[in-house]
Amino acid sequence: MRAIALALGLMLAVPVFGQSNMPPSYWAYRQLPDAKQEAKAQALMQELRCLVCQGQSIADSDAELAGDMRDLVRRRIAAGERPEQIRGWLIERYGDWVSYRPSTAPIAWPLWAAPLILLIFGGAIVAGRLKRKRS
Amino acid sequence: MAEEGGGVSRAFRLLPIVLLVWVLLAFAWRLIQPPDPTVRSQLVNREVPQFVLQPVVAGIPGLTSADLGTGEPRLLNLFGSWCIPCIGEAPVLEELQQKGVKIDGIAIRDTASGVTAFLSRHGNPYARIGSDPNSNVQLALGSAGVPETFIVDGKGVIRRQYVGPIGPSDVPKIVAELAALR
Repeated sequence: MRAIALALGLMLAVPVFGQSNMPPSYWAYRQLPDAKQEAKAQALMQELRCLVCQGQSIADSDAELAGDMRDLVRRRIAAGERPEQIRGWLIERYGDWVSYRPSTAPIAWPLWAAPLILLIFGGAIVAGRLKRKRS
Repeated sequence: MAEEGGGVSRAFRLLPIVLLVWVLLAFAWRLIQPPDPTVRSQLVNREVPQFVLQPVVAGIPGLTSADLGTGEPRLLNLFGSWCIPCIGEAPVLEELQQKGVKIDGIAIRDTASGVTAFLSRHGNPYARIGSDPNSNVQLALGSAGVPETFIVDGKGVIRRQYVGPIGPSDVPKIVAELAALR
């Protein structure tokens, strides 16, 4: 009985952490009136990492800071800023890590080359097999 | 069936095993040494971004970036009256203030009544407190939570970031760091 009461009590409990005194920011759960701008903001938000629920995008996360980041993205897009400028602004502060889109910096070159190398490697194996069969 | 290019072929056959061991070692490494989830600001050793924050409670002035970098190194503390670890940090900030350390605060997503109650209960070590209701300045600083503390030198350059609450053991370190920046 006490266990059930405890479980019910826990269901009612509000998480203590990360709940501030303020309601969500204006654009956190609101779409921009301009559909084209909203689409741009949405595409960018899907590629930005939530700083609290790391592994989620800010489009998916319900963390307050993610809401504030969506607010920031939508306000800047509405003000005419390009998505790449906003991404750059965040990368300047949090590093490449904040963006899910792999960078084109030299450190990421092996990543871009990997599919090509694997394809050549696989092709060589297949070619070798076919040749052996024929002979 | 005779093997043709014996050596090369055998090495080829070992490749999947080598790859498997490599992948397993990678798993083991991450299990033994989990990645550090701390988000660190890239603005350390760079100038504080420009901002203007309104006061959050009557009687304590608001905070602008111009208030930092007035020739004396200061602490910039991001806190919230709703933040539990900030309560634990409050006496440590008080101790720093008593040692002559200048501390400015940014109240993240907070209300006047919340901050007033927090300060009256846990003490007020702040010279200024700016209100950041939408975490705008927090994001501009490259911070990802509360509490966080930045050491800002006399020229307004961020010198160090403390993620999470400052503990009593950090006090001598911070005092020495500030003295070195003077």
